[in-house]
Amino acid sequence: MSKVKTGIGRRSFIKSVSVAGGGLIIGFNWLACKRTTEEGSEEMAMQMPDEWFELNGYLKIGDNGIVTIYSPNPEIGQNVKTSMPMIVAEELDVDWNNVIVEQAPLNTDVFTRQLAGGSQSIRQGWESLRTAGATARQMLLTAAANQWEVPVSELSVENGIITHSGSDKSIGYGEIAKAAAQVEVPEEVELKDNDNFKIIGTSRKNVDAKKIVTGKPLYGLDTYRDGMLIAMIVQPPAFGMEFKSMDAEKVKEMSGITDVFTIDTYPEDMEKEWSDVAAFSKLVVVVGESTWQVMQAKKALDVEWELNPKLTEQIQILEKSAGMDGASGLESSDLHASLMANVGTKKSEIVRKDGEPEKAFENAARVIERSYTCPFLAHNCLEPMNFFADVTEDKAELYGPIQTPEYAEKSVNRRLGINLENIDIQMTRMGGGFGRRLYGHFLVEAAVISQKLGKPVKLVYSREDDMTNGVYRPAYHVTYRAALDGNNKLTAFHVNAGGIPESPLFANRFPAGAIENYLAESWMLETNISVGAWRAPRSNFIAGAEQSFLDELAEEMGQDPIQFRLDMLKRAESDPVGEDNDYDAARYAGVLKMVRDKSGWENGNTNLNRGVAAYYCHNSYVAQVLDLTIKNNEPAIDKVTCAVDCGIVVNPDAAKNMVEGGTIDGIGHALYSEITFEEGKPQQNNFDDYRLIRHKEAPKSIDVHFGNNGIDPTGLGEPPLPPIQGALANALYKATGKRFYKQPFINELKTQETELKT
Amino acid sequence: MATFNITINGKKQAVDADPSTPLLWVLRDHLKLVGTKYGCGIAQCGACTVHFNGSAVRSCQLPISSAADNEITTIEGLSENGDHPVQQAWLEIDVPQCGYCQAGQIMSASALLKRNPNPSDSEIENAMNGNICRCGTYTRIKTAIKKASNSEIA
Repeated sequence: MSKVKTGIGRRSFIKSVSVAGGGLIIGFNWLACKRTTEEGSEEMAMQMPDEWFELNGYLKIGDNGIVTIYSPNPEIGQNVKTSMPMIVAEELDVDWNNVIVEQAPLNTDVFTRQLAGGSQSIRQGWESLRTAGATARQMLLTAAANQWEVPVSELSVENGIITHSGSDKSIGYGEIAKAAAQVEVPEEVELKDNDNFKIIGTSRKNVDAKKIVTGKPLYGLDTYRDGMLIAMIVQPPAFGMEFKSMDAEKVKEMSGITDVFTIDTYPEDMEKEWSDVAAFSKLVVVVGESTWQVMQAKKALDVEWELNPKLTEQIQILEKSAGMDGASGLESSDLHASLMANVGTKKSEIVRKDGEPEKAFENAARVIERSYTCPFLAHNCLEPMNFFADVTEDKAELYGPIQTPEYAEKSVNRRLGINLENIDIQMTRMGGGFGRRLYGHFLVEAAVISQKLGKPVKLVYSREDDMTNGVYRPAYHVTYRAALDGNNKLTAFHVNAGGIPESPLFANRFPAGAIENYLAESWMLETNISVGAWRAPRSNFIAGAEQSFLDELAEEMGQDPIQFRLDMLKRAESDPVGEDNDYDAARYAGVLKMVRDKSGWENGNTNLNRGVAAYYCHNSYVAQVLDLTIKNNEPAIDKVTCAVDCGIVVNPDAAKNMVEGGTIDGIGHALYSEITFEEGKPQQNNFDDYRLIRHKEAPKSIDVHFGNNGIDPTGLGEPPLPPIQGALANALYKATGKRFYKQPFINELKTQETELKT
Repeated sequence: MATFNITINGKKQAVDADPSTPLLWVLRDHLKLVGTKYGCGIAQCGACTVHFNGSAVRSCQLPISSAADNEITTIEGLSENGDHPVQQAWLEIDVPQCGYCQAGQIMSASALLKRNPNPSDSEIENAMNGNICRCGTYTRIKTAIKKASNSEIA
């Protein structure tokens, strides 16, 4: 546990050598140190080594055999803080009980990619994490061989103890670490065969679990420093509006309030990173001594807002193109729906075309056409956006929840003019990410505020600020068409997808490659509502829509929905259409067969209202079967069976947790959640009007199965979410006899008299 | 501003605060007991759940003026060594993902088990419905509560 590091600063620190990754971690986290000093127990202090020896940037070994492994990537609940160090420990051949995990500081010279996004932490870290462990192991073995004057080949190691096969000599890592630190870093190291894994593939508990269940300070919002002030923002009430004026005099006199001013986070001439997404650059800032005082002052503040003509011009043009009178440029959900249905498809561009789809549709005996939509969504991380900043004349210390520290560092550099080497960004554990904290405007805001005040400050968003601040999942729309010939055979497939302001289309994913005549088109419409990646971007809608359409198609063709998909995948595997298909048809079919088997699909309990779906994204394959019943016009989800192929599973029980969570997240948002707009204003701003899935609505059981194919790990944080929305829609159809085309489904459930089939 | 004498986790202390200040912010800003979390501020998410004379309440809705002179327990005081049966069950089932809501979940669950040591599934769902888990650990939470409910200590 990371607690043991208490007191590092009081003792002699790193004995450093050159480093495999090309750099060194020097110094340590001043905040983490301060924090843990308070927590350190006597028992833990006794485990402290007197000296640490750093063998490379990923790890250091204490003279008593304790090993500290740095977890490079941001922890947002995906559990990489446990699973990434497990991979290092595996190759290091160390007893996991002797491992302490620490969050690494931002240092891309050593850790290369330090980003939580795209379900890529394990996939992209796999080789470097293993190499770091294996390199250190090799250096320890070499040091022991030198000391005993025997060849390295005669040595073996288990749980951090090196033994010599020709004698009874043995030595612990702690005893040889000092010598190992002097060994030249090997140019090549051998990695283990999968069969020899002892830690990878075994379930290890979350390294922060004890701190979580005892309420220890772990999150950005838990940061308190001497002299620190609390800052909160007041932002425009609607997208398309901006600050005009304010009367702050009364508020400045309120108890505990120290300052009220405006900031411009991203001036127009500033070069932005991709992650610098912010709907509102100009903000009012209220600063005070305590959070409650600042919250009260915010409410009392008199601010005038005005329309920003530059922001709203594009929307006015769109409105006029839709023949709407009185175009204001302030968006509403009705406007969005109308634009997506009537204007979007007219802007379509062909992205992929196989065969002669137009001709096939002309000659079709029957064409089935269905359209699907979804609303904007907020991320709603349970820990609202926040960041601690202490900016002095030439130095910036930043501490808090950020998924993209590397990019945030560049933004702070450009915005504040402070040299990169004087900007220190430390990552806290995060109360959720889901893509929201990829966009670090709140970090930049905190830095700007601290610089202006010349004091340490914690910027805190209220829930309302957080939910109405934009960076939403876009609204999407897709129309599918299928051409059937006189024999009820599928002859062509057409997908036309778009959204505000991006298209959810993945033109080269299934069923591309499985159909002779295929057409994929894409379009987008402008908006002044800011959007961002939301767990499984684009897939989080199009998977459910596509899998619903395939379900309906299978029914129209009189086929079993799983067998229908398997037949298509067989074609894609044996004789693929086109060359750019980006999925492995055999692995895709594999999860479908697994879920068929595990759910007892073929045993045919026809009383069950069950739906199936399968999808490929973030390099992984997931198939799900969902069983539900309807009670009082609300679905009760009895069971979900999940089959997952994400290659090697590093930490099985934690991976199951992730699949369970992704499944519940997907069900919840497809069923209940939406952000709607009137006159540019979000109509939901807290959990009383933004419905999130709760205990009662969660599935009664979730059964998770992993394929075991020995392939290097692929993504897991996102892939379980997209297909479940299709499985849900298909099960709802079984239960109600009606198809569900428009998310959130609960709106349609409420407006129809649902009937139970059984 | 006024001075309030409150008892948190068995410890009596005086706090200077505006009488309208919710207990949540007294705990966090004044006393640095940060295990009690801010999630919504309107008693909709349960992240700020504490025990008020043994019952689970949302501390974001309890002004300090009403909290004084009552017995208040936070996650930090639920057990001395972090070994309350509910905490142990949480560790055993490895419930948390991001972990942010879990202190509130644990406070709701431990209050439930105190008044109902062997709750049914629907009793668990009812008692826990005010606690949102954005990561979706609901099935594990239920498993952990059942595990704790069978514990000898509960």
